[in-house]
Amino acid sequence: MAFLAIDDLHKTFGSNTALHRFDMQIERGEFITFLGPSGCGKTTVLRMIAGFETPTRGTIRIDGRDVTHLRTRQRNVGMVFQSYALFPNMTVADNIGFGLRVARRPQPEIRKRVAEMLELIKLSALGERYPWQLSGGQQQRVALARALASKPQVLLLDEPLSALDAKIRISLRQDIRALQRELGITSIFVTHDQEEALSISDRIAVMNEGRIEQIGTPLEIYNYPRTRFVASFVGTLNILSGKVVDPAAGRMAVDGQPLTTTRPLAASDAGKERLLALRPEAIVLEAPAAGRNSLQAIVEEVSFLGAVVRIRTRVRDAVISLDLFNDPNRILPQRGEPVALGFSHENLLVLEEGV
Amino acid sequence: MNRQSRVGAWTAIIVGTLYFLIPLAATFEFSLRMRRGSYSFDAYRVVLSDPNFQASFGYSLLMALLTIVVGVLLVVPTAWWVQLRMPKLRGIVEFITLLPLVIPAIVIVFGYLRIYNSSSVLPLTSNERATDLLLVFGYVTLSLPYMYRAVDASLRAVDIRSLTEAAECLGANWPTILCKVILPNIRSGILSGAFLTFAVVIGEFTIASLLDRPAFGPYLQLVGANRAYEPSALAIIAFAVTWASMGLIQVFGSARALTPQRP
Amino acid sequence: MTASSNTAAHDRGPGLPIPPGSAAPHANRRDKPSAWTWLGVLPFFVFALLFLILPTAFLMVGAFQDAQGHFTLANFRDLFQPGILDAYWISFKVSAASALGGALFGSLLAWAAVQGRLPGWIRPTLLTFSGVASNFAGVPLAFAFICTLGRVGLVTVLLKKYADINLYSTGFSILSFWGLTLTYLYFQIPLMILIVAPALDGLKREWREACDCLGGTALQYWRHVALPVLWPSIMGATLLLFANAFGAVATAYALTGSSLNIVTILLYAQIRGDVMHNENLGYALALGMIVVTGLANGGYIWLRSRAERGRR
Repeated sequence: MAFLAIDDLHKTFGSNTALHRFDMQIERGEFITFLGPSGCGKTTVLRMIAGFETPTRGTIRIDGRDVTHLRTRQRNVGMVFQSYALFPNMTVADNIGFGLRVARRPQPEIRKRVAEMLELIKLSALGERYPWQLSGGQQQRVALARALASKPQVLLLDEPLSALDAKIRISLRQDIRALQRELGITSIFVTHDQEEALSISDRIAVMNEGRIEQIGTPLEIYNYPRTRFVASFVGTLNILSGKVVDPAAGRMAVDGQPLTTTRPLAASDAGKERLLALRPEAIVLEAPAAGRNSLQAIVEEVSFLGAVVRIRTRVRDAVISLDLFNDPNRILPQRGEPVALGFSHENLLVLEEGV
Repeated sequence: MNRQSRVGAWTAIIVGTLYFLIPLAATFEFSLRMRRGSYSFDAYRVVLSDPNFQASFGYSLLMALLTIVVGVLLVVPTAWWVQLRMPKLRGIVEFITLLPLVIPAIVIVFGYLRIYNSSSVLPLTSNERATDLLLVFGYVTLSLPYMYRAVDASLRAVDIRSLTEAAECLGANWPTILCKVILPNIRSGILSGAFLTFAVVIGEFTIASLLDRPAFGPYLQLVGANRAYEPSALAIIAFAVTWASMGLIQVFGSARALTPQRP
Repeated sequence: MTASSNTAAHDRGPGLPIPPGSAAPHANRRDKPSAWTWLGVLPFFVFALLFLILPTAFLMVGAFQDAQGHFTLANFRDLFQPGILDAYWISFKVSAASALGGALFGSLLAWAAVQGRLPGWIRPTLLTFSGVASNFAGVPLAFAFICTLGRVGLVTVLLKKYADINLYSTGFSILSFWGLTLTYLYFQIPLMILIVAPALDGLKREWREACDCLGGTALQYWRHVALPVLWPSIMGATLLLFANAFGAVATAYALTGSSLNIVTILLYAQIRGDVMHNENLGYALALGMIVVTGLANGGYIWLRSRAERGRR
């Protein structure tokens, strides 16, 4: 039985359907990310787990208990907000201890726990400061400590890093993950930043327009995207159109050129046009070789981006970009020059019919 | 939010609405009672045709317009200049513009009467025209907080530094910049300040009465002391005028200008 | 309509980050402002001096002088005579009563409109009306309340007719302390609404949600989070209301005239006809007024800056 079970969740606001259907089974101690653009419904699901919204249909179970219609107060979930939401009239220590104070725990216990949490977030010296005296990153750490102090069953994080500077974002997300691992607390992280999602999650649920596009580990999502949306949202992607020549052998034709893929093709697809995808890092400039795909293209633009050189090429109507590591000794192709793009059979992705 | 607090909220709103609307309704109803036995607009007719009403309302109208003109002439260049060239003065200028809210009008006019009486250097109370001038200056002082805040805020909303510098590059001199570049862009702020000033001046009593000028405020008070039905008609008219000026602020200016601009 | 108010206006005022392009960051690297630059602000300062500062200063200096112009503190001693002390006391009571009443009912109404989950049109309507009503004071307001609660006022008559309550036999009169307070509330409550509504906006939804997650009840939220955050604004606004009532003349003059001896009425009579037979005592009276309103406003400003401190 999953620790956090979300079944058949729907949500409409008046005539507007924010969530069409959401199912997910989350194990104890997992770090899950809901990833998607604004308005995709990821925050709606989070708020329903927290209890701020009630689902129109469906159930949410935490550790076997049906919490779907319970008030937030009774669910024992911890929440970290994008705007930190620290109580401005209380010190850092009082903020962290608030949950315990509300539960009428004895003072010594509160003090001890607050000290523990301050230690955990490495801000022991700042207990008596007020939130407005702290930096954004420090405030968010305090918010985290406040949420964790009462030992919640589930930790919910609503785009907690979006308001912070780039460098802090990276170090804080690592801190959050480390803390989560150490405490073993089931966590759900909501973000629109795919790099964040990929770097710290156990599993990711990619969402779009109120629907789940795909659920999988970061590796699966990135390397085996099932739909065009997932493929283009997570990482950059080149998209081509190709005709299926031989489904069994995985043979396709793009602009008349033969290509092979190891991705499954249905027999019924023979003769049909399918969408193909290629990651820029999967392509190299090489002479056609046996056992590998080769695509002839014309160079449109060569951009030097520092560590990476991005070459934009064209095959008929499709634009294909590839990234090469900077090598001062390499001679780069010129605009208008024909080149041969080489990539493996595995790396030619076939996308599912999009929604 | 649960049902109970929703009920509580509705109760508060309903009670509040009653408190605010009943006096207006009562006044209106009373104003219709002039003709014995039936409702009529007689009181309004009497009031509007009263030459004293026309004279005092006209007088206050004129004073209000003069106040607005003087106020704009005083405030706009100052606010612009301070923002552009002397930002360090901002604090003290704003402090001065907030003084009229701290020092009651009655104290200010008391000071005027003592300083500008016939035996002083500037005998502004010695004749009627000079006293009118003093009245206008008094009104400008009273409306300074509103006017300054409205103009200053709208100057802030427009990047006047870049506008001024661009105009300078193109060869314009200060008066041209002020009139052709700055003024058109802060029109809404000026209008907000103007309508607020209008509302303040039209019904003003203290300064007008102590300076003994035939303004609308003292006229209202006189009618109230001597007549029965006309005062209520006047009250309705005054409320309508206030509402109209505030409404025009909504139309022209920002919502910010709707409140007495306190610090 | 945004919750406009002084607080919103002042949010762009002194003490907070200046919007780009409008002030010193790219200050001209010239030396101190030249004489010509000072010329630009000269009219304003001359005006302020002539029509604001000098008149007030004259009075303040005069308060410390006797009829011959010698320095004395006798005027302040004389302020403590029963007639004048009473006036200050009554003014204080009326101002305090209308300030507290305005604070209570204004806060409730503002809360109802902002957080009461009422239909969307209620809040803008209330705020617009408050904008108008806060300026509707003076003589017309006095008339309106006489028409309502005077001896033959609508409410008085209706109460007699339908509820058999004879208002005036209970000792109530609109031309009294409580009548004046009730009338003052008509512009005090809207003023409070205009100040408190934006402060309530400042109560972030997430604070309530965070409190919920941490297990707090609604009562605990209000006690530990919302009220502590709001009280500087509410206290400050109450002081503002107090100062506002203390300096009001016209409404009182039209309503209670000289039957209710408040400071402004006393001062009015003094200016008109030297009723105290002591010119300098009048100055002291005025100075006393300035001190009271100055302190109240000072308190408001201080509390307001405290309220802003926690706001990012």
